[in-house]
Amino acid sequence: MHRPTRLKDTQAEESQFQLRLVIAYGFMVLMLLTLAARFIWLQVMQYDHFATLAQNNSISLVPVQPNRGLIMDRNGVVLAQNHAAYTLEITPAKMADMEATIKALRALVDISPRDERRFRKFLSESKDFEPVPLKLRLSEDEAARIAANAWRFPGVEVKARLFRDYPYKELTSHVLGYIGRINQRDQQKLEEDDKLANYRGATHIGKLGLEAVYEAELHGTNGFEEVETDAGGRAVRSLRRTPPMHGNNLKLALDIRLQEVADKLFGQRRGALVAIDPQTGGVLAFVSKPGFDPNLFIDGIDSASWKSLNEDWQKPLVNRAVRGLYPPGSTFKPFMAMAALQSGAIGPYDLRPAPGYFTLPGSSHQFRDSNPRGNGMVNIGKAIAVSSDTFFYRVAWDMGIDRIHPLVGQFGLGQKTGIDLDGEASGVLPSKEWKEKRFARFKPEVRRWYPADVVSVGIGQGFNAYTPLQMANATAILAADGKVFKPHLVQEITQAGSGKVRQVEPRPVRTLAFRPELYQYVKDGMVAVMRPGGTAARLAAGLTYTMAGKTGTAQVVQIKQGAKYNAAALAEQYRDHSWFISFAPVETPRIAIAVIVENAGFGAASAAPIARAVSDFALTGKVPAELQGKMITMPPPAQAGDKHDASAAR
Amino acid sequence: MQAPLAKRIWDAIAAPFDGWLMAFLAGIFVMSMLVLFSASNQSWHKIDNKLVYTIMALAVMWIMANARPQTVMNFAPPLYAAGVLMLVGVELFGITVNGSTRWLSLGIVRIQPSEIMKTALPMMVAWYFQKYESTLNWRHYLVAVALIAVPGALVLKQPDLGTAVLIMGAGFFVLFFAGLSWKIIIGGLVAFLASLPVVWNLLHDYQRRRVLTLIDPMQDPLGDGYHIIQSMIAIGSGGPWGKGWLNGSQTHLDYIPERTTDFIFAVYSEEFGLAGNLLLLALYLGVITRGMLITARAQTLYGRLLAGAITLSFFVYVFVNMGMVAGILPVVGVPLPFMSYGGTATVSLAVALGMLMSIGNTKR
Repeated sequence: MHRPTRLKDTQAEESQFQLRLVIAYGFMVLMLLTLAARFIWLQVMQYDHFATLAQNNSISLVPVQPNRGLIMDRNGVVLAQNHAAYTLEITPAKMADMEATIKALRALVDISPRDERRFRKFLSESKDFEPVPLKLRLSEDEAARIAANAWRFPGVEVKARLFRDYPYKELTSHVLGYIGRINQRDQQKLEEDDKLANYRGATHIGKLGLEAVYEAELHGTNGFEEVETDAGGRAVRSLRRTPPMHGNNLKLALDIRLQEVADKLFGQRRGALVAIDPQTGGVLAFVSKPGFDPNLFIDGIDSASWKSLNEDWQKPLVNRAVRGLYPPGSTFKPFMAMAALQSGAIGPYDLRPAPGYFTLPGSSHQFRDSNPRGNGMVNIGKAIAVSSDTFFYRVAWDMGIDRIHPLVGQFGLGQKTGIDLDGEASGVLPSKEWKEKRFARFKPEVRRWYPADVVSVGIGQGFNAYTPLQMANATAILAADGKVFKPHLVQEITQAGSGKVRQVEPRPVRTLAFRPELYQYVKDGMVAVMRPGGTAARLAAGLTYTMAGKTGTAQVVQIKQGAKYNAAALAEQYRDHSWFISFAPVETPRIAIAVIVENAGFGAASAAPIARAVSDFALTGKVPAELQGKMITMPPPAQAGDKHDASAAR
Repeated sequence: MQAPLAKRIWDAIAAPFDGWLMAFLAGIFVMSMLVLFSASNQSWHKIDNKLVYTIMALAVMWIMANARPQTVMNFAPPLYAAGVLMLVGVELFGITVNGSTRWLSLGIVRIQPSEIMKTALPMMVAWYFQKYESTLNWRHYLVAVALIAVPGALVLKQPDLGTAVLIMGAGFFVLFFAGLSWKIIIGGLVAFLASLPVVWNLLHDYQRRRVLTLIDPMQDPLGDGYHIIQSMIAIGSGGPWGKGWLNGSQTHLDYIPERTTDFIFAVYSEEFGLAGNLLLLALYLGVITRGMLITARAQTLYGRLLAGAITLSFFVYVFVNMGMVAGILPVVGVPLPFMSYGGTATVSLAVALGMLMSIGNTKR
């Protein structure tokens, strides 16, 4: 600083600045002392006053739970509903002696060991000031007895709560999923999504299936009530209330009667069925067998039931329709045929030999046909009708995997369909890149794609693996001449307050780039499947509409060269899976179906009859003979027959 | 050889930090973690976030403490200009939340320009006085007043009375230390009191309600007075020694609004009592005292003006927040420094304290 002439001035400035510093500091200290004085006044002099106020703090803000939205089938039949019932709840923070209280309560209500186990479990998971249910679903009598003795039990409350109920149990387990008590993980998730405020006082949340996927629609928005409480924390009267916004109702495309028909036709067998309306993408039936009773999960499943479900070798908890991956077997052929025609590898009327086996040039390995005598010379339609393996071996060999992959992929095989359910598997439509990635950790010989790999891909074996939903979706796309819809279970969402309805629009996502005339050749082949000479000819008896289908048999184990498949000699889990895909009526398809029955042998034998009966019910309302009088969704015939025909597809 | 290397690294990290300030801040940090855990109903998620904010805050504090004040000073004009431009941007196309327009969306991030102004304005005014140090006269004070009034008016218009007062306050503190005549200060104060009736008419309804509520919270115990009454009950019922950590009934029965952010002090007060309050006051007084010492020893005009303004602003945040929670000031949205949960406030305070440290580090 070169200002010698201003030195004196600077000194004056300096002392003035220091003075101001002192003044500022003094001011701050004084103000902080004021605060300290205020605290002393509040916390020492007025302590008694405020302590009493806190003790009796009489106004509390209580969240009011919204009612969870209902889930209905396409005809308005309620699939998930709410029941009002009383619960007995204890707030641990207000409890002097928990054990004594529980003991005293036993005299008034019946508390089972299971109730108590559950209570202890919840107790360990909740915070002290949250009420924990001791007994659910009190009888009117019990509720009245507790209410009359309320004064003896501070911190014990009888609350009216709504309970979720799935009246169709196993029938809807894999569609609806279930709700369950909010646990730590849900809590954390809610916090991260900033939704915790809306779940104040809520006890349950969607855990699986539609209940989880549509949680945001179904849950609704909390209301609040300002209540005056007494010293024990009981509400005395309500002062002000902001009503909750109830959850929205869901209406499915699914027809619960069709669902029951499909479900019951499986009997004790395992498998899956998905039926889709090809004109909208709406899912008409969605079955995964075996199912389970979702009601068990709502208030915490007991360990014995959990163990039996979880350790069952039949895996009832697995949703086979979206998570089960199976080779499609010959049901792959129609899609393979579309690819072959589009690529020009074969013309629609070209004849090819279909002998009993196929060998590659320069190799002795025999790719066998399911018909050891072969089928003579066939064109593509006939090849589908008789399910000629050797025809498709040759076509696949001629095309090569690089041409097959993009064309068959058009039908959505090997990709998630985007259905409104959780946990969908994507499956495998093989390609060179896929094999390279899949076996990345193996030797190059294993990773490399061999020309011969393509042969078995052509008939839906080899690396192919799809979910039943993907097969149904692909069939629907084929049936609709390439119009692609995203498959969806929920068709309509009804706003709780306003009653405004939001439709899931049946707008095609896209249209496939196949030449339009090609669909007819393949469909003709699938119609011929159900004509004399076709692999499912027996199934056509008594059809009152037109139906096109394709049988399939998926190998579970590889059969050695020269050996013969002998179902009887194989343990049940290793027997072939039975597949069938179909759509009907052929002219304007209203239902497309994919069925798999696990370890049940040839497609025509087990899966096809289910598809036929489901189509019958959907299109004509005919209940299969073996189910007549046994349907829980169609109680005695009072008004039977009036609207069945219109049921499924509209 | 290992130990000296580790020590060298440690020294390099610790060197720019001011030991006294860090000690007081560490004390505040410990209390803030304890009370946040309780106020958030024992949410580890919030604790994790707060740790992340703290690490970010330490990082920027270290960077600012390392930078030479003379270098940082040169950023004051562009920063201020950008801040004013953004405030104008808020006025023109800001995002409106709860009836006031405070946010500006820059593609992915949303920023609150008034937050930047809290630091940029005192920096700018201090820079301005430094630049004309040798020729200061009354015209410079006029320009400085304009520098303060423009962003102040823009923020006031959002409307965000609390932040506007804080920003203009920060600017005024610079004027005060720069030697603004006592006559003007006192004259201004008188004029301000005289203009109160006019200001009253200009206030928004919700601002008037807050003032009225302050005068008598019992007028509307379930409406606007609810927050103040409940937080006073929380503080009062805490008594001399508090109800104990995690045991605040007001807190856990959901009586305290915004209990992790603006009203976190009510939670603290209920659980730690008068003893805890005095401890916290002492920690804040420590920070302020150290800040004043740095100001007194600062070498340049810019340094002493900025250090003084930062310290006084820090005091104002503490006083306004505690005063509001204790029911002696109106409810304005001012977080309690380093106690309230929130990333933006923590980091911008760290920037200010980092600059304070760097001013303290600049030796003769």
